[in-house]
Amino acid sequence: MGSTGKIIRKKDLSIWQKSYIPEIVKGLRQTIAEMFKPKFTIQYPEERFKPQPSFRGRPVLVQENEVERCVACGLCSRVCPALAIEVQASETPLEKERYPIKFEINMVRCIFCGFCEEVCPEEAIVMSNEYELVFSSQEEAVFGKDKLLKTTEELKDRLEFLRQNR
Amino acid sequence: MAKITINGKIFDVDPELTVIQAAAQNGIEIPHFCWHPKLTVSGNCRMCLVEIEKMPKLAIACSTRVADGMIVKTESDRVIKARQAVMEFLLINHPLDCPICDEAGECKLQDYSYKYSVGYSRFDENKVHKPKRVRLGPNVMLDVERCIMCSRCIRFSDEIAKQPVLTFTQRGTHVVLTTFPDTQLDNKYSMNVIELCPVGALTSTDFRFASRVWEMSSTDSICVGCSRGCNTHVWVRKNEILRLTPRFNEAVNSYWMCDSGRLNTFRTVNSQERLHSPMIRKDGVLVDVGWDEAIARAVSDLKSFKKSEIAGIASAFATNEDNYVFQKVMKEVIGTKNVDYVQHVEDDAGDELLIRADKTPNSLGTRQVGVRPAEGGLDITGILKGIEEGSIRALYVLEDDIAEDPRFAAALPNLQLLIVHASVNSKTARFADIVLSCSTFAEKNGTMTNFAGRVQRLRPAVATLEQDRAKDGFAMSRWDKFASQNDRWGRSVKKDARPTWRVLTAIANALGAKLKCTTAEEVFKEIAEKLPPFKGMNYINLGSQGANANAAESVSKQKVTA
Repeated sequence: MGSTGKIIRKKDLSIWQKSYIPEIVKGLRQTIAEMFKPKFTIQYPEERFKPQPSFRGRPVLVQENEVERCVACGLCSRVCPALAIEVQASETPLEKERYPIKFEINMVRCIFCGFCEEVCPEEAIVMSNEYELVFSSQEEAVFGKDKLLKTTEELKDRLEFLRQNR
Repeated sequence: MAKITINGKIFDVDPELTVIQAAAQNGIEIPHFCWHPKLTVSGNCRMCLVEIEKMPKLAIACSTRVADGMIVKTESDRVIKARQAVMEFLLINHPLDCPICDEAGECKLQDYSYKYSVGYSRFDENKVHKPKRVRLGPNVMLDVERCIMCSRCIRFSDEIAKQPVLTFTQRGTHVVLTTFPDTQLDNKYSMNVIELCPVGALTSTDFRFASRVWEMSSTDSICVGCSRGCNTHVWVRKNEILRLTPRFNEAVNSYWMCDSGRLNTFRTVNSQERLHSPMIRKDGVLVDVGWDEAIARAVSDLKSFKKSEIAGIASAFATNEDNYVFQKVMKEVIGTKNVDYVQHVEDDAGDELLIRADKTPNSLGTRQVGVRPAEGGLDITGILKGIEEGSIRALYVLEDDIAEDPRFAAALPNLQLLIVHASVNSKTARFADIVLSCSTFAEKNGTMTNFAGRVQRLRPAVATLEQDRAKDGFAMSRWDKFASQNDRWGRSVKKDARPTWRVLTAIANALGAKLKCTTAEEVFKEIAEKLPPFKGMNYINLGSQGANANAAESVSKQKVTA
């Protein structure tokens, strides 16, 4: 089908068109032009891909002024379609009253959908730009608070992105 | 009778009723915060405003009497607009801390915000700040900011608990709920204000931040703290009981429950002292063994005594099914006449509202199923004397810690054989030669009869090794449904415990009897066929509300909105 929407049958083509030469030349011209444009291929792992702020890498907990923002409301855990998140709340003398004494994300279950980030009323769990996840056992794949906490400095780009797209 | 019209439908109602009661009786819900069926009317939340023809203004349904010919509209435009206004005013100073609040998920203000509110706030100014984390008493926490001044807790303390210590101070938006100077909310029923509170202002100190309500499963059961047998919900997460809350039953406990029953009865289920498996005494020490070994040992040991040397002590802590099978096995299979049980009555421990002096949940049922000495047999004092004198040499004890009584504690070492069904490492279990780990009230099916003769169901809420949540029809939370072996949250601890009647059946059959019951329901069917007080009853018609002995009229269809 041509761009005009008119159906062209083989019997309608001229000899010149039937030889395919003009189409081959068109294709080669495209290929050669691309060869001189800048390359997008990254030589991983020597070179690392730096994702945009919109990228959904592994979910992390935001740490602000030495404490997590999380109040252990459990909404991320409830909304998680893969049941990857387990939260256990406890009491803290801080103004927020409540904090997660345990916060675990099972990275084998996580599907990087970002619902946890979307539902969070405290902007305490966000998708980071980390995409390299390696573990050698099921147990290792369960990330606790030690692996999840990231400071606001480290997450600056993502938090800014979320603010702009609220 | 008065004829009234609500939303175009005509109803014949008692003229003594208020509009909200008449509507509730006929299945029409009028939203309300401050009104409660068991408390006096205060009419201060204004949520139940309805339109009544020929009245110039909207009227509150909770304090307006019905009258013949009255025409009520609960869903007209005026009513909806007024409700939205009430919600808007209530939410002006209500903090947006649902993520922190324990009430979230069972909060009336939350539910009504979805149903009756406009969904946004026009209020841009600062909210009024008030004291948070105030301890009203040993079991109740107060967050004044969340309070919507419905005064339910004040009326409950004044009218039901008879401890008038709560009051409002200040005026307008600055109203603060507080206790009078030098008093605290520490009556035996103080925790009922937690369920009464329509918001999260009053919360439990025990359950504080323990779990979100939607993460738990809820099972209908009864409290085993005394012979009242209050109806309860058992809330379980990760196979562990986190809280008990009262369940409405007009014939037993209304909407209430005592603090002791709520806080203490489930501790044994979660206890660190729980037995891991059956145990037998080898070379003077109790060691864990499998069920087959423990039962085989019990059978061979029991055979080596004369019938008159054996005695059985049943338990008013056990279910009707357990006690029935016990007395049957003792009298018909083992052949002893010495069967009785120990009463646990604490004089002066009872009160007028709920708490009974009899601290066992099933003493009437124990007698009804036939736990009494057979003709010429020994009763409990006779058994004790027999042990002391040496004429009783073997004793079989059901789920009762008889060694709490110093006379029994002194006499028990005289025995040659002591078989005990126990759930925790009790004093009696430490004397025993064979300990059979038994399921607690939260782990088995069964019935108990309260002091007034009401037969009520127990349902399993906590899984043991021999039960499976899904296969055995437990209430399940979302977590229970989807847990796999690889999930840390799915790995709950399960105890190797069995219902007493089942173990007794196994022992009896090994002794040559032919007992056929394989479920508690079948045992109860046999009880209902043989014993007049249980005539006509079965697990289905007992339902969630139970039935009175002798008159098996099920009242499970009762429904009243709180």
